[in-house]
Amino acid sequence: MATSSVSKGCFVFKPNFKKRKISVPVEDYFNKGKNESEDSKLRFETYQLIWQQMKSETERLQEELNKNLFDSLIEFLRKSYSGFQKSSRDWGCQIKLREIPTAALILDMKHFLQKLVSQLMMDCCVDEETKEGSIQVAQKKTHCSMDSLSSWYTNVTRKTDPKMPRKKRTSSSQWQSPPVVLILKDMESFTTKVLQDFIIISSQHLHEFPLILIFGIATSPIIIHRLLPHAVSSLLCIELFQSLSCKEHLTTVLDKLLLTTQFPFKLSEKVLQILTNIFLYHDFSIQNFIKGLQLSLLEHFYSQPLSVLCCNLPEAKRRINFLSDNQCENIRRLPSFRRYVEKQASEKQVALLTNERFLKEEIQSLLENLHVYHSNYFLVLRCLHQFTSSLPKYPLGRQIRELYCTCLEKNIWDSEEYVSALQLLRMLAKDELMTILQKCFKIFKSTSEKQLGSTAKRIEEFLAQFQNLDEAKEEEDTSGSLSKGLQKTDLYHLQKSLLEMKELRRTNKKQTRFEVLREKVVNFIDSLVREYLLPPETQPLHEVVYFTAGHTLREHLNAAPRIALHTALNNPYYYLKNEALKSEEGCIPNVAPDICIAYKLHLECSRLINLVDWSEAFATVVTAAEKMDADSATSEERNEIIHARFIRAVSELELLGFIKPTKQKTDHVARLTWGGC
Amino acid sequence: MSYKCMYYVNVYLAVDINFSSLLSALLFLFRLAMMSKLELKEDRMLEVQFVGDDDVLNHILDREAGAKLKKERTQLLVNTKKIIKKPEYDLEEDDQEVLKDQNYVEVLGRDIQESLKNGSAADGGNKVYSFQNRKHSEKMAKLASELAKTPRKNVSLSLKNDPEIINIPQCSKVPRSHSDSESEYSTSNSEDDDGVAQENEEDTNEVILNQKIPSQNRAVSAPVCKETPSKKMKRDKTSDLVEEYFEAHSSSKVLTSDRTLQKLKRAKLDQQTLRNLLSKVSPSFSAELKQLSQQYEQLFHKWMLQLRLGFNIVLYGLGSKRDLLERFRTTVLQDSIHVVINGFFPGISVKSILNSITEEVLNHMGTFRSVLDQLDWIVNKFKEDSSLELFLLIHNLDSQMLRGDKSQQIIGQLSSLRNIYLIASIDHLNAPLMWDHAKQSLYNWLWYETTTYSPYTEETSYENSLLVKQSGSLPLSSLIHVLRSLTPNARGIFRLLIKYQLDNLDNPSYIGLSFQDFYQQCREAFLVNSDLTLRAQLTEFRDHKLIRTKKGTDGVEYLLIPVDNGTLRDFLEREEEES
Repeated sequence: MATSSVSKGCFVFKPNFKKRKISVPVEDYFNKGKNESEDSKLRFETYQLIWQQMKSETERLQEELNKNLFDSLIEFLRKSYSGFQKSSRDWGCQIKLREIPTAALILDMKHFLQKLVSQLMMDCCVDEETKEGSIQVAQKKTHCSMDSLSSWYTNVTRKTDPKMPRKKRTSSSQWQSPPVVLILKDMESFTTKVLQDFIIISSQHLHEFPLILIFGIATSPIIIHRLLPHAVSSLLCIELFQSLSCKEHLTTVLDKLLLTTQFPFKLSEKVLQILTNIFLYHDFSIQNFIKGLQLSLLEHFYSQPLSVLCCNLPEAKRRINFLSDNQCENIRRLPSFRRYVEKQASEKQVALLTNERFLKEEIQSLLENLHVYHSNYFLVLRCLHQFTSSLPKYPLGRQIRELYCTCLEKNIWDSEEYVSALQLLRMLAKDELMTILQKCFKIFKSTSEKQLGSTAKRIEEFLAQFQNLDEAKEEEDTSGSLSKGLQKTDLYHLQKSLLEMKELRRTNKKQTRFEVLREKVVNFIDSLVREYLLPPETQPLHEVVYFTAGHTLREHLNAAPRIALHTALNNPYYYLKNEALKSEEGCIPNVAPDICIAYKLHLECSRLINLVDWSEAFATVVTAAEKMDADSATSEERNEIIHARFIRAVSELELLGFIKPTKQKTDHVARLTWGGC
Repeated sequence: MSYKCMYYVNVYLAVDINFSSLLSALLFLFRLAMMSKLELKEDRMLEVQFVGDDDVLNHILDREAGAKLKKERTQLLVNTKKIIKKPEYDLEEDDQEVLKDQNYVEVLGRDIQESLKNGSAADGGNKVYSFQNRKHSEKMAKLASELAKTPRKNVSLSLKNDPEIINIPQCSKVPRSHSDSESEYSTSNSEDDDGVAQENEEDTNEVILNQKIPSQNRAVSAPVCKETPSKKMKRDKTSDLVEEYFEAHSSSKVLTSDRTLQKLKRAKLDQQTLRNLLSKVSPSFSAELKQLSQQYEQLFHKWMLQLRLGFNIVLYGLGSKRDLLERFRTTVLQDSIHVVINGFFPGISVKSILNSITEEVLNHMGTFRSVLDQLDWIVNKFKEDSSLELFLLIHNLDSQMLRGDKSQQIIGQLSSLRNIYLIASIDHLNAPLMWDHAKQSLYNWLWYETTTYSPYTEETSYENSLLVKQSGSLPLSSLIHVLRSLTPNARGIFRLLIKYQLDNLDNPSYIGLSFQDFYQQCREAFLVNSDLTLRAQLTEFRDHKLIRTKKGTDGVEYLLIPVDNGTLRDFLEREEEES
């Protein structure tokens, strides 16, 4: 059955009923394309497992983060509802009645609200929810008559009241006539007029149609006052609820998903950088970030046969025993493993390269080391972050993710920023230092790791020493040298004396005990960093858990179709790899595809292009190219063909959106782009 | 925001793909605006300028000129330092951002170099967004002759002796006129601009045919260049380019030659002859193209995997992706229900897509009140029955008919269903602008670049394309089709109008047949008996878009057939043959 027709555009294909029953399981696609599909089934299962865990973890996180918000919102709804109850008893206070209780939610992510809706459905018996778009329907109803709406409401409440009093009463007895909660998901996108009218009309009918509005706002609360004039906004009784900013959200997600040993899968520096950049510079969307994470997970398991070992430690150890010969060969081929082997003694080298069982044992211990490395890594990283996050100007970044990126990239102690950070640390005041140390102590204490248990002890000792400093006040005199500076001098002398003082300090540099201790602490931290924050590339078998192919991520998540189009048109050699197409920058060979030539010629025109000139120029180029081939056809026919080719190229350019027909001048087309593309 | 800024946003848009990046660009501009404001406050300058255009442009240029970045780094650093100096305005956070921006650029640049598979690498942003200098009308012909010669030098020698090449109308006089205008241009501007214009030339890598004059210019402008610091030069240059843009777009007058296609015999080609002619052309680089498509075919399984895992796939890149998708369909989709949707089909609509799903896939015979109802029904159906699976293949998701906001929303909602898998292709330059955040998260795209270079044969065959339009084989068939369904009298009425229009072919001031005259003629031919019957008949024509009425200056209605005369003549001939 063909898929092109002049009479229809949709073609449905249904396989035979028998065949349809057998649908191909997903995991089959995991290996088919690849030749060396080792353990692909297992890999796919591991992928599914880890992804499910990660997903549920993020969902849990989001729920947790939103819990506060939801709770307070529900509390608000309850309160405003009881307000209705009161005022319905007290008909006197009409003015207050006109105020529609309004909750303004400031949200960074829209999907919060969807969840909110579902939560409200459960908790507060929402009769009607109007989402984006369907507000128009509601609006029409009110225009026809608000009365009909309110009569509908009384009908519904009357119906439900006798029906399910038992159920309702048990949970909350006061919900006799529940208010209508109207959620406007995206307040900014409403037409202001509609919104204003709606508020004014419904405020008139509030006594018979209890209404609570919830606005979702993505920008700032000022927008309410900008959208609604005072006359309207005074009808609302607004309360503000603010959700967590998306940046904080990202930090928590990263913290829980990547900076733990809970999930074996890790991202390399470049990948992490790309994902956070997409987040910060393109969309601020956690959802997209998670999507990127999912894709990298998938890519990792899909492309790396050894990713079968990327699971929790006991399971990985078990799997090592079942590794096939091919997989062992794969391990031997890993660059990090080869580096490791080269460092070993020659007998061991031979054993590692020939003896499978010996290799497997070695892999077990290496994986264990990797695991330990990670658990230490994150502890020390957090500790270092405690120190650097409070420094002025944040030489190592304010967020832990920035610190993490630099640590992943290279030896952090080689960077200038680290050096300057240490210098700043050497100037910390005592109380600051102590609070940081206390935090670090907590971090280290939370873990049961053996090696770092001593670290916690060391920190405790430092803390105790600082305490002691307080008690035994230092007796050093600082008054003697300073007294000289108090007399009146001119600028020259002042400078001179200051210089002298500096000189004096340097020569008989006698540090206070606090300074000595501070120095010790900083050196201690430095040694921790140097020992534990080695970049992952130094670890053997790091390829098993680290996903490094950042470019594929960028390609698939943040593609640049315009640039691809431009490259294809401007430099066909890039794709076609034919020597005839090789050319210098900015030129295009005349044998290039027709559309490239037409495109190149059209770049020479300003806003309008004369089709005749264009076609002649095109013909010139193409004839020159064809001269080299045997000219079999007659010249007239060849001209016809060239013209046809030109027509095709032009209509393709039109399809691509570079030109459009214009009526400004006969036989002209208008360019739709300016400059090179 | 000043209008220039809007322009920068335009330029910025070119850098990246989607709506969200436009937003981030705006955010960035806004931030810059804020900073420049603060700067102004501090310097107590009286001159109020809202956005530092130059700042914006500098920054944008820095971003795009990935390769140039290093050269201009110093300047960038100066900028950031300037900002850092003002802690009293609590700008610290912004500082961070600026520093990060720089970081971002680095990452981007680095990545572009790395990703070898992606087309963005080759000459990336730099060339795409550089500005072109002023175009001269003869440039195209000039470039053409250049291109004809460039690649093989030994050939170019022989070409020079070839009379056919040199016969190209402007070719022989091109060098002179070009250099003339060039020198004119440079003298009419200030000295500073002169140097600038020249730099543009170097930038855009124009092929300078006559090397002499530019080099003379250089000799003149060299001392000037030395005087102005390089930074200022750059600024001047960019602002000059911007001026040029607005100059080119402000005047409605465009200098192009007045030649028309009518003088060329070859101008008229209909779809069929076009196809026949093109079939004679042997495609070049078929080996390479085959290799490319094989490379893409290897991805089929991966696509299936990713589709099944909840992603949707969009293909972009030059060349028709129809064959590729067709192969995808025949190789892996044979055993599953799938719908192929030709977005380029002019009659396509979301309604027809939904209809084919409800009627043919789900075997539902009822009707729906609205498209949204139908969508809801489909969504429910698919949610209820998780064993139901459907693949949607959409060729040209960005086509004229589907690019509307509502259509995209609906397709997006379909694609967000767990058991509907969407694989689509886009071709238009600005296609990604269709999708805002909400839609993008519905679609959950994975992008795949599939540059195929294959001709858009199917895609362009429906379209009334520029040069094919005159052929009118489609209008002719539809004309015949419609008129066959009419009464003989109505046909007679229409024939009268055609004849009248053809008789007035050479009358340039002909605006149509006035209603009264037409009525008179119809009466005389015993086609109508009252003015009302004629009007009723005309309404029917108008409904079929067979005629157009226009009010003349005297307030009288004039009737016109909006079909070109060749088609009308063909139609008459055919009618006569039949009768």
